[in-house]
Amino acid sequence: MATQFDVIIVGGGPAGYVCAIRAAQLGLATAVIERDKLGGVCVNIGCIPTKALLHSAYVAGLVAHDAKELGIEVGSVKTDYGVAMRRSRKVSEQNSKGVEFLMKKHKVTVVKGTGVLGRNRTVRVGKDEYQARKAVVIATGSRVKGIPPIGLEINKTTVISSDEALFLETQPKTLVVVGAGAVGCEFADIFHAFGSKVTLIEALPRILPLEDAESSDTLAKSYQKRGITVIAGATVKKATVAKDKVTLAVETGGKIESIEAEKVLMAAGRAVNTENLGLQEAGVQLTDRGFIKVNLATLETTAPGVYAIGDVAGPPMLAHKGSREGVVVAELIAGHHPQPIKYDNVPSVTYCHPEVASIGMTEEQAKERKLEYQVGRFPFSANGRARTAGETEGFVKIIRDKKYGEILGAHIVGGHASEIIHELAVARQNEYTVEEVDLAIHAHPTLSEAIAEAALDSMGRVVHI
Amino acid sequence: MPTKVVMEALSPTMEEGRLVEWKKQEGDTVAVGDVLAEVETDKAVMELVARAAGTLLKHVVEAGATVPVSELLAVIGEAGDDVSGAAGREPSGRLGSKEAQATQPSPSQNRPASMPPAPPASAATEERRPSEKPSPREDNGAKAAPASASPRVKASPLARRIAAERGVDLVGVTGSGPEGRVVARDLETAAAAAPGRSAASPSVTVPQPGRPEGTRPAASLSGSAAGPYTDIPLSQIRKTIARRLAQSIGPVPTFYLTSEVDMERVSEAREAMLAGQEAKVSFNDIIIKAVAMALRQHPACNAWWQDDHIRYWNEVHVSMAVAVEEGLITPVIRHADQKTLREIAGESRDLAARARERRLKPEEYTGGTFSVSNLGMLDIDEFTAIINPPEAGILAVGRIAETPVAHGGAVALRRRMRLTMSCDHRVIDGATGAQFLKTLKGMLENPLALVW
Repeated sequence: MATQFDVIIVGGGPAGYVCAIRAAQLGLATAVIERDKLGGVCVNIGCIPTKALLHSAYVAGLVAHDAKELGIEVGSVKTDYGVAMRRSRKVSEQNSKGVEFLMKKHKVTVVKGTGVLGRNRTVRVGKDEYQARKAVVIATGSRVKGIPPIGLEINKTTVISSDEALFLETQPKTLVVVGAGAVGCEFADIFHAFGSKVTLIEALPRILPLEDAESSDTLAKSYQKRGITVIAGATVKKATVAKDKVTLAVETGGKIESIEAEKVLMAAGRAVNTENLGLQEAGVQLTDRGFIKVNLATLETTAPGVYAIGDVAGPPMLAHKGSREGVVVAELIAGHHPQPIKYDNVPSVTYCHPEVASIGMTEEQAKERKLEYQVGRFPFSANGRARTAGETEGFVKIIRDKKYGEILGAHIVGGHASEIIHELAVARQNEYTVEEVDLAIHAHPTLSEAIAEAALDSMGRVVHI
Repeated sequence: MPTKVVMEALSPTMEEGRLVEWKKQEGDTVAVGDVLAEVETDKAVMELVARAAGTLLKHVVEAGATVPVSELLAVIGEAGDDVSGAAGREPSGRLGSKEAQATQPSPSQNRPASMPPAPPASAATEERRPSEKPSPREDNGAKAAPASASPRVKASPLARRIAAERGVDLVGVTGSGPEGRVVARDLETAAAAAPGRSAASPSVTVPQPGRPEGTRPAASLSGSAAGPYTDIPLSQIRKTIARRLAQSIGPVPTFYLTSEVDMERVSEAREAMLAGQEAKVSFNDIIIKAVAMALRQHPACNAWWQDDHIRYWNEVHVSMAVAVEEGLITPVIRHADQKTLREIAGESRDLAARARERRLKPEEYTGGTFSVSNLGMLDIDEFTAIINPPEAGILAVGRIAETPVAHGGAVALRRRMRLTMSCDHRVIDGATGAQFLKTLKGMLENPLALVW
């Protein structure tokens, strides 16, 4: 006899566990099946430990370069990646325990093991069978992928992914990071701060290719100024993997260059975890790109009563997008009518230094759609608070619809960009125009004033520049 | 709320009238039935009487103007009401337009001192900085008249801005945001509903005053309809039908159509469903589904009477009458045409149970586009149901009974059921209702049609 629940969630990452909590709050008997640690990639080998390491990197840079000017003499600075790594592990473990506690608090049953879907909303874990009365939710996430055809298969010693980088005892002397999305840019930042000689390679014409071109350019300049080699528009043609080094043949602008490094970190994309899940048996179909096919309004798969959320349900592959999908699906299952997700209003953040954050359209997209827009800009070099902190790199850029004042997109490069972007996320969610952003009084001196100024600039009324 | 005074069709053939003389001046108190003006029609000079009491706030056209039927002439309201909202949403037609535009108050100069305290955000902003010059970069688009005179409409700032620009009145817009807040996407629909504002949205078809009489929505609803409904201004003939029939029979001129349906195949299909699944599908669920599908093919029956126009819904929301202790209530199965029988069965059971516990939320028993009432379980052979306004039709479902009928050349006992549809004749004509009923009968007698 199968154990019964109202909702069974396969995968305890940020999509799955948040879905479980919301379902439990709505009075549904809920189980989460997790084969590894609760919190998933995000808590254990993703968002959280990298942010811990990035904080170490930030302090290293501060102490090494800025302390003296701030009136603090610290002598010679020595970094130890192993210590920083162990601290990041501790932070991750605490967070994972925190998720365990949340499951207990909300009386969510956690089943350890690998869940395999069957027909009619059943899930098997080993020999045990579970029956969902209302719904099964697939939240199995994704993993790093290599590029095997050119010899860049992840071997976990010289060719590594973030999974291994997060457990290194020492930083490599030389490191090539392949792929300059958020993950690649963050690890380039971390290892450079710990003394590695870092080369960052991106196939597309600029780093952070999904961000606004101005954001990409500002970050590339900042990296190069501090000694990170940035090669964009470059493809790795061939990789020769030796025992203690890797040699890459990299093509840029028709020329082939040979780059040697102690380690190569692959950050060129992720593959979704859809294998050995029993999807076929359950009647769940995939899209051409390998994601689980869902009805975008309800996140229901092709099998009635089976939902998919988070990375497996399609891009953007971001923890906070998955969590929101978890909430919405739990509410749908409970018979509520949640507001639809605005997929064009998911903030995107890279936590390197300076931080890069954005929401909505890039200027390129506004141009492509032939929208009538006006750009407002404000540089942090003109912002009092940024100057007090000595973090004057970067800007706020707001793209405003000319006719209605709608905030089509916003882009921030600078200190704490990841935090202050949410003013614009709230504004866009509630359809405030640039005018409401300006009308809200911003405390002085704050970094957020740069947002109000950019809003004003988009109306031709900037004050402090 | 100010009330609009429009050019009425004072004869069945009248399309426009010349305003000969105002009998009431701006500032005069008027009672219902008072003569406001003399209007020359194609046949005679006739009197235009007030339909609302209050103060005549504004003449929108001057004496001598020729004005198409249903165009704005004046505004009646409480002294101090902001007339810009009522005036601003009015169509500007062929001949009345100049006058109407010229006399429309602009937000900065012509607002009465006692205007409501919470004007739309854009207007407030504009007022706060009266001395500030608009920026050379065409500032912020807040120049248009405030869209809504009512401070009670919940709407996002962007929605208010778009409404102001397009001249859409937010009062009539159904909000889809949190707590029914009007958001920008709702305006796409409202744009289609604003008659005569062709500048509204290029992507939506706007009904023009000059549209041929009796124009109905497309023969069947397409999934990609621009919004949840389409408002069609009343043609002369519809207005005449509405007025005369209402005089004859009461506020809702109703007629009835009855059809007997063979339920053998539906019964068999239902038995098979019950045997194969845990989901309990009732006959009523199947009828609701069939009604919803038939409404898709007959959008003329999926409509609301709105006094000065008919709202043809592009979405199908079926109200089902549920008897409760103190009377009855009609919870709504939304988008019933798009739901599976299983979903309808689950939802109808849930709604009915909560209806009996009086635990329905208002949005769960309002907004239907057509009703179904079933007394079959009480052994009623057939009955007539009373229309649930503003809906234009209701289906009364009788019991399913074994009846001897001619079948395949012999007399056979077949399970039969009688359906009686009550139609609001102002919206649905006899043949229109009959065609709908025929489609419905066909679907029930060949239930596979429900699957396609």
